[in-house]
Amino acid sequence: MAGKIITIAIMDAPYESANSTSALRIVQSALQKGHGVNVFAYEGAVNLTMKAQQPHPNPVKGTSVEQEQHPTTKEWIAALFKLAQEKGAKLDWVNCGLCVDERGAGDWIEGPKRGGPKDFLEASLASDATLVIATK
Amino acid sequence: MGKYVLIESRAPFDGPDSEQFYELAEGLAKRGNETTLFLIQNGVLPTRKRSRYNGMLSRLVESRVRVIADRFSLRERAIRSPLEAIIQADVDTLVDFILEPGTKTIWH
Amino acid sequence: MPKILSIVETAYRATIEEQDDTVLWLSHMLKKAGADISILLRANAVNYAVKGQDASGIAFGEIKMARPPEIDKDVAQMIESGMAVFVVEEDIKDRGLPETELIPGIRKLNRHMIPHLLDQHDQVWHW
Repeated sequence: MAGKIITIAIMDAPYESANSTSALRIVQSALQKGHGVNVFAYEGAVNLTMKAQQPHPNPVKGTSVEQEQHPTTKEWIAALFKLAQEKGAKLDWVNCGLCVDERGAGDWIEGPKRGGPKDFLEASLASDATLVIATK
Repeated sequence: MGKYVLIESRAPFDGPDSEQFYELAEGLAKRGNETTLFLIQNGVLPTRKRSRYNGMLSRLVESRVRVIADRFSLRERAIRSPLEAIIQADVDTLVDFILEPGTKTIWH
Repeated sequence: MPKILSIVETAYRATIEEQDDTVLWLSHMLKKAGADISILLRANAVNYAVKGQDASGIAFGEIKMARPPEIDKDVAQMIESGMAVFVVEEDIKDRGLPETELIPGIRKLNRHMIPHLLDQHDQVWHW
């Protein structure tokens, strides 16, 4: 039963909470099923797509950058945009503009766009389901 | 009546909020709503057998709340055989439930 | 227009840096954008229903905070704009908040009535 639309609001910055991974798992699952997904990244979540994210080595494990293959959330999200394209599904990612400004997070990967609360409301009203994953 | 998917990401060992979320699930089910409690992240911790919340989770199932634990979260925490009353499923199942018409989804 | 209930639980998270509670702010923005949205304050967020919250006086070196958050005024404005703002009665009592200190227009709700409130709304967003 593909072709539905889910809108998800997220708030957590990367590397701070298990919520980010769970949210992306839900996005991926929906896309794989051919559903459309609208993401409204609010607050710290606007940092998830920052272009300047860099993987790092692990001095505790003695691994190099290449060996450690430390994930960056920007890579995961870029992969989800690619998945959406492959599945013919739409992934719409809005970074809340004011949140972006105050965090200096304006340089992001290809895919997301700047927006605001009105975008979240409009997306929600046009969706089959809305899920808010707040930060604690 | 309506349909609810309540997603609990936290453990009741952390404080009273999760217990109150369980009570909400029970209250919604008692009102005749089709109610699912999906446990994810640390929310699966009380499903380990002999945890002090086994009784509460079993009561929820008896109150006709469908209690599901995320397989990945269970595996991540080495909970190999959770309470029998709990259904194990993946996020794919969660997405199906969320997109059922008329469903309200609440993340805690 | 679907009826939306925003449940707010976390209190005073980054409110100084943000100059307000960002979830209450978002809810108020959505109301201005035409949403039919109500608020339920629970857990520590019931403290947002108290008059006289004062976050003034923060300074770092020469930089003084010019406009501290005034969450009680924000809540009062939300009520004035027609938003229903509920608080969970048991959470108020647990925290020893007297009736006389609550912002006028706040609606108290017994915890066992929360399922009823949820059933009255089309969407429930838990922050």
